[in-house]
Amino acid sequence: MTTAAPVRRAATREAYGPTLVKLADAGVDLVALDADLAASTGGNKLGRAHPDRWYTVGAAEANLIGMAAGLAAAGKVVYAASFAVFLPGHCFDQIRVSIAQPQLNVKLIASHGGVSVGEDGASAQAVEDLALMTSLANMRVVVPADVVEMEQALTAAAYSDGPIYIRMGRPKIPVIYDESHEFRIGQAHLARPGGDVTVVACGLLVGAALEAADALAAEGVSVRVLNMATIKPLDAAALAAAAAETGAIVTAEEHSVIGGLGGAVARWLALNAPVPMEQVGVQDRYGESGTWTQLLERHGLTAQGVTEAVRRVLARKA
Amino acid sequence: MTTLTSLETLHETARRIRRHIVEMTHAAQSGHPGGSLSAVEILTALYFGGVLRHDPARPDWPERDRFVLSKGHATPVLYATLAEAGYFEAALLSSFRRLDSPLQGHVVRGRPAGVEMSGGALGMGLSFCLGQALAARIDGASWRCYCLLGDGELNEGQNWEAAMAAAHFELDRVTAVVDRNRFQNDGPEAEIMRMDPLADKWRAFGWHVIEIADGHDVRQVIAALEEAKGVSGRPQVVIAPTHKGKGVSFMEENPAGWHGKGPSDEQLAQALRELGFGGGAADNGSAP
Repeated sequence: MTTAAPVRRAATREAYGPTLVKLADAGVDLVALDADLAASTGGNKLGRAHPDRWYTVGAAEANLIGMAAGLAAAGKVVYAASFAVFLPGHCFDQIRVSIAQPQLNVKLIASHGGVSVGEDGASAQAVEDLALMTSLANMRVVVPADVVEMEQALTAAAYSDGPIYIRMGRPKIPVIYDESHEFRIGQAHLARPGGDVTVVACGLLVGAALEAADALAAEGVSVRVLNMATIKPLDAAALAAAAAETGAIVTAEEHSVIGGLGGAVARWLALNAPVPMEQVGVQDRYGESGTWTQLLERHGLTAQGVTEAVRRVLARKA
Repeated sequence: MTTLTSLETLHETARRIRRHIVEMTHAAQSGHPGGSLSAVEILTALYFGGVLRHDPARPDWPERDRFVLSKGHATPVLYATLAEAGYFEAALLSSFRRLDSPLQGHVVRGRPAGVEMSGGALGMGLSFCLGQALAARIDGASWRCYCLLGDGELNEGQNWEAAMAAAHFELDRVTAVVDRNRFQNDGPEAEIMRMDPLADKWRAFGWHVIEIADGHDVRQVIAALEEAKGVSGRPQVVIAPTHKGKGVSFMEENPAGWHGKGPSDEQLAQALRELGFGGGAADNGSAP
């Protein structure tokens, strides 16, 4: 990881349309559905390239999920996209009964996750979606860290049968990976080695964690950064190694501290390898209007927030 | 046209399905007999009246027509119909709702083979049918998708999302049937949530509406479903007036009381007598 080159920025959602087109060009028998937000998800790019493979169903998320299930049951690889507040917010029971219980091959693509949606405010900022989706048996949950990993996750999902939820983001954030990165569903990526403490992060907090690790390295603290892009199933081996080798864990995510990555890691550690742990996340509250960077700062979802959490957990480390 | 002989056979089949329904819900001491009995002729028409293209020996035949039980609590009528059609042995019906039985309380996709989709949370089946029909269109296939809806179920908004979309996408291989028994869980539909004018609602959503006079006249149901097959460019809905608990007097007289419970020993005996089975457990189902 180098910080010398000028930082390329891209929104993770930018990968969606182009990846769908690539997959369809490659002969994947896919159908993608949108729900009146295609310009924002980018799904309409598939419609331009393969008109019979993309449909928008209007602002009707319950029907979106049911149609996705029907297509999948007929053998299609289905992508169903909306915003993370609506998918799963408007259609949790449909996902539960029509997708997760029958284990149908639907890829749920939720854009505009977290508070970094910005100015649209509280109703538009999903800070509960990971809690809802990880609660469903048969559901896998992925939050890629940048646009490179997003393309790989969307592609991996096409070739991995069964339900999966993939969360995308709205703002242009630093791209941290190049094409040599290899995302695998269920496998954490060691973004930076370190021995004193581990930051387990997902989404745009991975970049923030790397920044924090740089700052702390100057103080002589060796921070391991684990990109836990797959929140379910958790990479238990990577967590076990982090707990054993660094003895302190900080989780960092753009989500409520209840039920997301932090919740999953806390549960795993409590059951298997209790070590001091701190959480960076939204503190059981809702978002509001503001620029996306202002909101990340207000909720402490920044390199500074991660740094402070690392200091707290190191103070608790025996 | 349905011949006299085949009509008698259809009536016999319907009668046996009713027997299964009361026996299953009696054995389980739970389940939903009322809304199952109301749908008997609808399923009889579909599976035995030459409407549904299906093969019990090949439940995963790609070209089969699909039947989706959106009112997913009415499993007794579906399981009884599938057993009569030969999808599985009728002996399995006695395991309804028991631990480890494939015959779950509400529909679960593939349990047993022949059950096309999960349900039980109301309002989801029609959307599934849209996806199915869209996939068939993309593949250039000719199979159709049938959906059985309850009228109480139509309270759920998802049905109307699906109704809009089916017309928008001109999915003419989707045929819905409304089991119009006018009762829902808490009581008469007119008191709980009025659905009239129901046909106008469907027409306003762009559907081809076929209203029949009696959803328990299997000939009328078959004729409506055959008419539906000939409609192009629009989805079709058959509105079939029925009676909750049809064929069992004490259920017909108290439909709200027989939404979700099984009959007692005495009630089973009475129901079987009324259905012409004499009430003996050893009765083989032939007419008395």
